[in-house]
Amino acid sequence: MLEIRDITKIFDKGTVNEQIAIKDISLTLQDGEFVTIVGSNGAGKSTLFNAICGGFLVDGGHIFLDGENITFQSAHERARKIGRVFQDPMRGTAPNMTIEENLALAYARSGTRTNPFARAINKKNVDFFRESLSRYHMGIEDRMKTKIGLLSGGQRQVVTLLMCTLSVPRLLLLDEHTAALDPATAEKVMEITKSIVEENKLTTMMITHNLNQSLTTGSRTIMMDSGEIILDISGEEREHMTMDQMINMYSMKRQKDFDNDRILLSSR
Amino acid sequence: MIELQYYLTNLPDCLIYGLLAMGIYISLRIMNIPDLTTEGSFGFGVVVSALTALAGHPLLALLAGFAAGAVAGLVTGLLQTKLEVHEVLAGIITMSGLCSINLVLYSLTEKGATTNLSYDKKTVFELVKSIWGISGQFNTSIVKTIVSFIIVVLALAIAIWFFKTQTGLRIRATGDNPAMVEASSIDVDKMKILALMLANALIGLSGALASQSLGYSDINTTNGTLIYGLAAVIIGEAVFGKRGPTIGLISAVMGSVIYKLIVAFVIRNNIFGDKSANLMKFTCALIVAITLAIPAVKKYIAQQKLRKADKGC
Repeated sequence: MLEIRDITKIFDKGTVNEQIAIKDISLTLQDGEFVTIVGSNGAGKSTLFNAICGGFLVDGGHIFLDGENITFQSAHERARKIGRVFQDPMRGTAPNMTIEENLALAYARSGTRTNPFARAINKKNVDFFRESLSRYHMGIEDRMKTKIGLLSGGQRQVVTLLMCTLSVPRLLLLDEHTAALDPATAEKVMEITKSIVEENKLTTMMITHNLNQSLTTGSRTIMMDSGEIILDISGEEREHMTMDQMINMYSMKRQKDFDNDRILLSSR
Repeated sequence: MIELQYYLTNLPDCLIYGLLAMGIYISLRIMNIPDLTTEGSFGFGVVVSALTALAGHPLLALLAGFAAGAVAGLVTGLLQTKLEVHEVLAGIITMSGLCSINLVLYSLTEKGATTNLSYDKKTVFELVKSIWGISGQFNTSIVKTIVSFIIVVLALAIAIWFFKTQTGLRIRATGDNPAMVEASSIDVDKMKILALMLANALIGLSGALASQSLGYSDINTTNGTLIYGLAAVIIGEAVFGKRGPTIGLISAVMGSVIYKLIVAFVIRNNIFGDKSANLMKFTCALIVAITLAIPAVKKYIAQQKLRKADKGC
């Protein structure tokens, strides 16, 4: 359903700071697949997400979603089909607006044309929001008229998740969305994430720095380094993969880079 | 009686400039954009209203003033979004451009080159007066107050309703967190342009109505409108607190009323000596500065209290 064909992104092209952030990446996701992505800082994970969401146009290659070429669509057009949750809980919600207002905004996202002058908040959809929130037992459903800015980071992430999935997206992108939370809350948000994904059979990509989580969550794992995909495992291969192997693979790659550097330096 | 009449003559302007304050509130507080188009769109509304009234109907002139302001807002909005000009600069560019355009518009009548135009009694206020057969200075003030009150309440009601609709919600969210709005598949640029159009349309309407209240349109009436609007919004917030857009819009209008009455009081009682009438902008700057300084002073006093309490132990 998501098909990425040979995309490349180069930052500051033609300057001394030129940096290839994504190098000829091709990737195909099946319907309902849950992919976890690992890689060190600067590996190109978030850049890949930005390319898919339309934060910038790619320098080469094409992106298809459900067979539709979205390579040159603007970010807000793509957002109709793609939901995204960021690491920073502040990014996904409007802090000075109430919970119900935020949810109402997201609810109207679905492709169906809503009347732009319809009252944004009515009893029917507030009841629906409250019911949806109450399932996660975060105690948010009783605070519908509270400004989102007053919620804790964990609560805000849950609201953001719900906002992304109220009208079911074709693709859900999670960019380390639990990394800024304390361990207990992170775990809870992760549980909620899994249940939302399963319930809606969402095709999902999740960036994480937790190698263990990357193997236990979802159905496929990708490792990125220097703008390339260096590992792509699923099924049996993934089941037999241990964390030690992952770490080895990770450092092997690193070692290679290190060796290259050494050769380069010693030749001087 | 004379005292009452004095303040009554000020009341229509209080309300009319409340529309200006609403416009500033929308751009400054709801959109978080310091929009400097104000003096341009206000003056544009003034002259377009005068020309339309002379050629057509005073009510049509109010709509024309509203539309003129919207066009000014559209230009600033396009500069800001599509051409990525800095928010403050975009406003300054439109404002400067409009200065010349307004000047040209003033010279369009057979009077030739001029910087002010008389309405020749073709204003909504004179219209109402002639319908009711009212004359006299005191009665005129009352008619002006009632007519402006109706128009302002109407504008206020529509604006409050608008910010509760789906589109209104999107505009508010755009001012609050553009990244989130984009992720909700809303066109951020479109929302910004729409909000700036609405804000400046209200300012243009304010200009149209203010000039009709004066009975003539003058290029100099635009001076100081920006600082006036800011003062009204800030005073309103000082009195009513920073709350949602409904309270915010009302408090902007109330801020305008309070501010105008303070200025009237200062002039009436010669607070700054016999030069008080010349010190209107100084009064304005002083009021804004004092109101903005209140939170800092409060904080300082609270800190001093804590220090003293600690010493007491």
